[in-house]
Amino acid sequence: MNMEATGSRFRRRVARVAIGCALASAALLAAPAQAVGIGAVAPAFALPDGAAKIVSLRGLKGHVVYVDFWASWCGPCRRSFPWMSAMQKKYGAQGLEVIAINVDKRRADADRFLAQVPAQFTTVFDPSGATPGSYDVKAMPSSILIDADGNVALVEEGFRDERRDALEARIRALLDRS
Amino acid sequence: MRRLAIAMLALSCAACATMTPPKPWEKGDLARPSMTIGSDPLGDRGNAHVYESKEMTGGGGSVGGGGCGCN
Repeated sequence: MNMEATGSRFRRRVARVAIGCALASAALLAAPAQAVGIGAVAPAFALPDGAAKIVSLRGLKGHVVYVDFWASWCGPCRRSFPWMSAMQKKYGAQGLEVIAINVDKRRADADRFLAQVPAQFTTVFDPSGATPGSYDVKAMPSSILIDADGNVALVEEGFRDERRDALEARIRALLDRS
Repeated sequence: MRRLAIAMLALSCAACATMTPPKPWEKGDLARPSMTIGSDPLGDRGNAHVYESKEMTGGGGSVGGGGCGCN
């Protein structure tokens, strides 16, 4: 009888500990509500490009900026590069700046990718992952279109061929407004 | 003994709580070909095809059933 009572007390205590632990881990794992919000001020960054020159978002005020997070291991990134080059070529004179932020841990991987897929736009490197963290990137690749005032106008997750025209239209609309 | 068991359980739960899944930009190593379970992509596709054609009534390689509602 006594043994049984202690047994059930033990079980209850184990259950309580387990529930407590589950709640604690759930709270820790809970992700922020959403990626960087539309209309919010775009988080600042200052990152080195291939020649170790620092490129900062603040330095691009007045430009429409298309920030793209990419990695050498990401398949759709490979397809997005020619399109981003074309956009930079077509709208650069009107004030578009394409900034592709590489998130590879190993720089050699990024360099190998860039040797295969040429980039006619600014490429910067963030192996620490701080910038994708501040933009709360949800997918690879992710692109953030920032208006001339430095506010987020559009968040695009992934790169799909059928979205090219819509993205270009948004870029053009922002350029016309600025 | 029981106190030790509770302590161990709490410790192991705490260890899980500090583990977070990799962020989307941290999946470089997971995306490497050597991280796949099989060794030969073409052979694996062939095996999966045969397995699914034989076992589709039970859901094949996925969770759902064959549409009859019996699984």
